[in-house]
Order: sequence, then structure tokens, then C-alpha cells
Amino acid sequence: MAYSDKVLDHYNSPRNVGSLDKKDPHVGTGLVGAPECGDVMKLQIRVNPDTGVIEDAKFKTFGCGSAIASSSLATEMLKGRTVDEAGQIKNTQIVNELSLPPVKIHCSVLAEDAIKAAIEDYRAKQGAPAGGALQQSV
Amino acid sequence: MLQFPIYLDNHATTRMDPRVLEAMLPYFTENFGNAASRNHSFGWVAEEAVEKGRKQIADLIGATSKEIVLTSGATESNNLAIKGVAEMYAQKGNHIITAATEHKAVLDTCKRLEKHGCRVTYLPVGQDGLVDLDQLREAITDKTVLVSIMYGNNEIGTIQPVREIGAICREKGVLFHTDGTQAVGKIPVSVLTDNIDLMSFSAHKMYGPKGVGGLYVRRKNPRVQLTAQMDGGGHERGFRSGTLNVPGIVGLGKAAELCSLGMTQEIARASELRDRLKDKLLSELDETYINGSVDHRLPHNLNISFAYVEGESLLMGINDIAVSSGSACTSATLEPSYVLKALGAGDDLAHSSIRFGIGRFNTDEEIDYTANKVIEVVRKLRDLSPLYEMVKEGVDLSKVEWAAH
Repeated sequence: MAYSDKVLDHYNSPRNVGSLDKKDPHVGTGLVGAPECGDVMKLQIRVNPDTGVIEDAKFKTFGCGSAIASSSLATEMLKGRTVDEAGQIKNTQIVNELSLPPVKIHCSVLAEDAIKAAIEDYRAKQGAPAGGALQQSV
Repeated sequence: MLQFPIYLDNHATTRMDPRVLEAMLPYFTENFGNAASRNHSFGWVAEEAVEKGRKQIADLIGATSKEIVLTSGATESNNLAIKGVAEMYAQKGNHIITAATEHKAVLDTCKRLEKHGCRVTYLPVGQDGLVDLDQLREAITDKTVLVSIMYGNNEIGTIQPVREIGAICREKGVLFHTDGTQAVGKIPVSVLTDNIDLMSFSAHKMYGPKGVGGLYVRRKNPRVQLTAQMDGGGHERGFRSGTLNVPGIVGLGKAAELCSLGMTQEIARASELRDRLKDKLLSELDETYINGSVDHRLPHNLNISFAYVEGESLLMGINDIAVSSGSACTSATLEPSYVLKALGAGDDLAHSSIRFGIGRFNTDEEIDYTANKVIEVVRKLRDLSPLYEMVKEGVDLSKVEWAAH
């Protein structure tokens, strides 16, 4: 299968690979997928407690090139957004940005799930949501 | 000097040997006759060439010329053998025995016959890919007409105990078909000593042309009968109608002759290259496993799982090397190899496997380049793998509650 240039670029030079301290109260961790399905993504965010802005994002992915590219792109999209804004990211944005073919759309869905799971974990650590907007369920 | 891409997918197909092409060329434009034309020299020349090719392939497998039915390849031969026996011996019984790791040309043929009232037993295999002879013996009933077990597996290279299987079938009075596609021309195969009644083979897996192959059909002790699956002019003693592919058959014969002449050296050479690749990979990378039996294995096959690395992403990283992945991540329902699953390998390891198929034209330099490149890319992808990280932290992945999707 031919990969788009953007998928190849993220595969060859993945952005923000690594791990944040998952015990840090300001870090949210999402782990989605399953080894037997051939895709596992771990996506982490570190949120500035004063501004609610995501200051750092890291990922590690077991999966095909499109899965790696989707999660790499997701970390780029997350940085600088507030947690609320991050919750609005849709898999279709990833599909469009990476020109994913139909058989690879599930990779972008998994990336969206990973973002949501990381936000959920962060909010759970914060206890009760701090603001009204945060009460939107994920 | 290395030339890219490097071809290491010799189970899929092989590069045609230039000597084979040379033998074939006169039979396209010069000696173009129809081998079935009895009235002129064009036909006679073509027939002579066909009979020479038939003799060459027969000699390679210990058969006689009259026992070779020429076909378009191993898929057709498998269809003809299995459907032909099922139809011809329907009065005797309707039960067929095969194995879970067979090629789709055998499995899907059996599935079709199930729709038409046949009963099929799919024998499981052990972790080494071998069928259990006691299980085979127990599966045979008085309704069994055919056992079809492949000679060497196309994914994991496992060589089945064909001689013993043949002996059991003979003892029980059941016909034995083997798909010899990956074995014929690569290792010594004899329909006599291996007790084979029917055997499929293909030219393009042994440095011959695509689109030609054959089926060995035993003529005595026992004389095997088949119902033709292709009707027409009654070619190939009525077993397979259709004008013979004369240049293809010349190529098949020449390829068989070359395999026969060089077999001892080629086996030594292929296993040396294979072991060189295997030893390098296993010594440099942890959590790396060989799939299938190490002892009962085609000399040119290596199938390895690199745990915590997904196969397609690995292929993407070694895109200047042509190999094949055990997982086909091309649909939303990711299907890992059914052969690896039959070995009891977890789906995660099945997703992490690569098949290397070494051939006549591979060099030491190509093997060294491949080993180094695979090691580099596996390390890179493991740095990226959350699974590898978790295992290194001491997490038992089997105890994690995964959100399967």
C-alpha cells in the first residue's frame, strides 16, 4: 500500500515520542487498543493547572505506520490547546491531515479515543471538574 | 554491489532462471505449434517439447511421465486433486481430512465441498506446525476418501512427516494428496518413497515461469482416478482439457532439471544464508521468536516474530527489502495469519511476524544488509512501543484489561 507523504514523514520522524510521569497529578494518560488487534496507543498530556492549557504531550504506539502517524499528529494538535479544546478534536481532522485511506480510518479513531482517555484520566485526577465547561462528558 | 530492493520473498514467487527463459524462447515465435496437432511438424515439435518437459519434472519427483497432468499451477492442481477425488469416489465415502495450516487453495476447496455434502476434518497442528500422526490415524473413518496434507508450509516452512502420513493412508486404503508447491525443487521429494498418490506443484516457485504447474497422479498401486474439473478436448488423458502451454511446460521442465542438478548445493547454500540471518537477528534482539519447527523446516524459510513491534510498521521501515508480513493490516478487522494462529501463537505475536524466503540469487551481502536493517528498525519501533516499555517496567501484558476495538 502506498502511504501519503505526511504519514511517511511522521513515521520517519515521529514527534513527541516518549513518556511523562503518570503519577504526576497534572498528567493524564490514555492507553487504548489491544495487542491482539495490532494497535495499542499510549498518549499523555501535561496540563498547566493555572491556565488549563496542555503544555506537553507524548505518545508511544504499537501499530502500523498510519497508527504511528495518527498518534504523532495528535500530540502536535494537543500542545497549546486547553483541555476543553482538546476534547473537541475529531478523528476526521486526522484523516484529512494525513490523507488516510478508508482502511486506515480506524487508526484515527483510536487516536481520538486516546485523546479522550488521556483527558478523562487527567480530570479524574483533578477530582470534581473545576469549571462548568469541563462537565461535558467524554 | 547491492541492488535495491532486495528480494527475500521467494515463497511468493521466484525470479526466473535465465537458463529457463533461454529454453523457452524458441517456443513462442518459432516453434509455436499446438502439441495436440497430429498432422504436421509444428504439432510434432511442440509435442516433443512437452514430452521432454514432462519427463524432466517426472524425474525430479520420482514419477513416470504418464503420471504427470500439466495444469496452470498449484491452485488448479489442488482443486483438481481434491474435487476430482471427492467426485470420483463419492460412492465410497464423503469424508476428507486436511490440516488447519494448509494453503487457501486447499482449505477453500474443502470448504466448497462441505457445501456440497462432504464432511471435512481440519487437523490441528502442534506449536511446531506438525500434524499429529495418531490424530490423523484416529480421524480416518470408512467414509474417508482423501487425506490432503501439504509437504512444506508456505509461511513457516514446516515440513510435514509426509512419508509416515503416506504410509498410514496406504495402510488404511485412503488416497493421499500433498501440496508440494514449496517443497518440489527445493528438497528431495519422491512420490515412491514418500507414499504419495497425488501431488501438486508449480513452476514459478522453482525459478520457472508463472502460469504452469502440474499434478502427479499415481498410475499403479493404487491407480488413482479423478473426475475432470475442466471439460473440453480431452487433453492430458482426459484429466484436464485445454491447449497445452508449450513454452511454459518447456520452462517447467528446464526449471525442474536445474533444481535437480543443483539441489545438494542449493540446500546447503540456502540454509547457510538462512542461519546467518537467524543468528544475527536472535543475537542482537531480545524477545524474538522463530515460528514453526526448527528441525523440520524448508532450508530457505525463516519466519520470525519480533515481539512488541507491529509487522506492517516494520515492513514500512525496511521498504528496500521485499519480505512478507504475517499480519494483513489492510482492513478494519485486523486479521493476523491463520497459520501462526494455528500454532497457538498469540494474536499479538502473529501481528509481529515477518517471513523471509531465501532463494537461488540471494547473496551474503544482501543477508547482512537485511539483518542490520531489521535490527535497526526493530530497535527504533520498540523505542516507540508502549508494550515494550510496559514489559520492561515489569507489567504482565496478559493481565492488562485492553479496550479491544
